[in-house]
Formats: sequence, structure tokens, C-alpha cells
Amino acid sequence: MPTIVVEVMPKAELLDPAGKAVAGALSRLGKTEFSAVRIGKRFELTVDGAVTEAVLAEAQRLADDMLSNSVIEDVVRVYVLEGAGSAA
Amino acid sequence: MKIGVVTFPGSLDDRDAQRAVRRAGGEAVALWHGDHDLKGVDAIVLPGGFSYGDYLRCGAIAARSPIMSEVISAANAGMPVLGICNGFQILVEAHLLPGGLIRNDHGDFVCRDQRLRVENASTAWTSGFEVGQEITIPLKNAEGGFIVDAETLKRIEGEGQVAFRYLDVNPNGSLDDIAGLTNAAGNVVGLMPHPEHATEPGFGPDTPDAMRSGTDGLTFFTSVLESALARA
Repeated sequence: MPTIVVEVMPKAELLDPAGKAVAGALSRLGKTEFSAVRIGKRFELTVDGAVTEAVLAEAQRLADDMLSNSVIEDVVRVYVLEGAGSAA
Repeated sequence: MKIGVVTFPGSLDDRDAQRAVRRAGGEAVALWHGDHDLKGVDAIVLPGGFSYGDYLRCGAIAARSPIMSEVISAANAGMPVLGICNGFQILVEAHLLPGGLIRNDHGDFVCRDQRLRVENASTAWTSGFEVGQEITIPLKNAEGGFIVDAETLKRIEGEGQVAFRYLDVNPNGSLDDIAGLTNAAGNVVGLMPHPEHATEPGFGPDTPDAMRSGTDGLTFFTSVLESALARA
């Protein structure tokens, strides 16, 4: 089955406390080469049938309307996962 | 006067909200997230808790549940709707109130008796207060940080849509110490603190008079009953 991936990140200007906590842990582990961590979300939408323009547009609409909240998050990317068709 | 209290999967404070309604003299009606039926109620409370496990975003899935399509229509037609904590998050996700609620800036769950200042006493749920009145009701959340874009913030501040502001401490990093909002019409109110937990002596926040004697939350429910009577 083809899969559409939607990637959502907290807005850059907003504090990401979870990412900050991970960054703190990295620092305590001595991983000083990483100065910051931000945590986002990845959604995998399995499509029943072919990924048409209309299906992709619907995924984009869902990404904007439901999978993300534009007040606090940005949709970074919506794309079709290559090679997923044969794996299923 | 019937006040409906919606139960979502993961609601915690629906029973407390029903009890608060009854203590104020109203009839509490249980509403179910999966129904399209408001059962003839005159006002609606969206209670606190962790609807749908807080999955996706707090309140996001609940905001798209069957009952909410009825709640949104009723709210847009002027029915009083109060969102408490998770209910506030649901109202924001349903676009009945502006902005968003994010993880507390310090990263911790906070539970405290919170002092608030009433900023708008002309809403359906706050008419029993006076502007500037200071009240104390419990606050308990991990994702109560109110944010909104600068332009909208200016508008809601200018148009009196800030209903409550935190006093003493800002417990979660909310912009402008905002604890609660109203819509422009004044029928929809949302706040992070829990008025339903401050409605009965012996079970409320501490006051200078006695331990757990605070009942400031009762005024939310008596206000809506009185405003409904005034309309009738």
C-alpha cells in the first residue's frame, strides 16, 4: 500500500520543552557536538489505492487542518514514501 | 435550567462539573462524545481530563468528535459554553476561542490553588463577579501555556476577551498571564483552572478563614443560571 508522510514541527519561535530536556540529557552525556534538539511528529497515512493528485491534496488539507495546529506548529513536508508499495 | 456536561473518553472531572451544576441550583445532564444529541440543554460544560489520551494534541481529537459539531453550532447560535482545562483546550482546537495551549514552560505538571483576577464580568459565566475581583480556584495541568500570534493577542486584549489573568505567579508561561478567555459574544468561556473544584466548603482551596473553604468557583455556575433566567 502506498504511504503518504506528513511531517510536523513545533514553530521555530516556540519553546519546545521536550526537545530542551533531551538536549539537556545529551549535554550531561558529554555529547557536546549537539547544541539543540527539537522534537516533531511524523504521520504515515496508508492509502487504500493509488496516490492521485486528489489524494495528495486531501492529505495536505488534513495536514493543515487536523494533523497540525497552525497556531503552534508548522507542516514541514507532505510526500509520498518511495518504495513503500512493494513492502506491503 | 439544564446544563449539559460532555463526557469524552478520558474525561476526569465530568462528575465534579455535574455536581457543581447541581450545587448552583441547576439540573446536570450527562452528554456523550459519540452522540449528536444535546438533549435540550440550555448551556454546556466541557470538563477537564485527558480526552482521547491527549493524543495528537490536547483537545484536538475531542474537538472533532460527533457531539462537538452540535456544541459548535449551539455556541455560534449563542448558547453558553464553558471549557475547563482540557475543555479549554478543546474550545481552542474547535476554533471557538483563539490561540493555542502548549506544554508548561517549566516542563512540569502543576497543581496549586491559583489566585486569579476577573478581567471580564460581562460573560455568561462571569456575570456574578466584578471586574478586578480576585478569586482562588485550583489549577492542575501540564499543558496550560497560552500562546497566540501578536496581532490576535493585541485584538483580544483590546476587545476585552481576556476573562481571567493569573495573579502572584504565572504557573505555565502563558502570554500576558492569561488564564482564561471569552469569545466576542461572551457566551463561550474557557480557562485552565478548575472552578468546579471550588464549589463546596470542605473540598475547595484554602482561604484565610478556614482550610478548604473556598467556593469562588460556584459563581461560574450561578452566573450562567442567572443569565439564562434573564434571557427567559
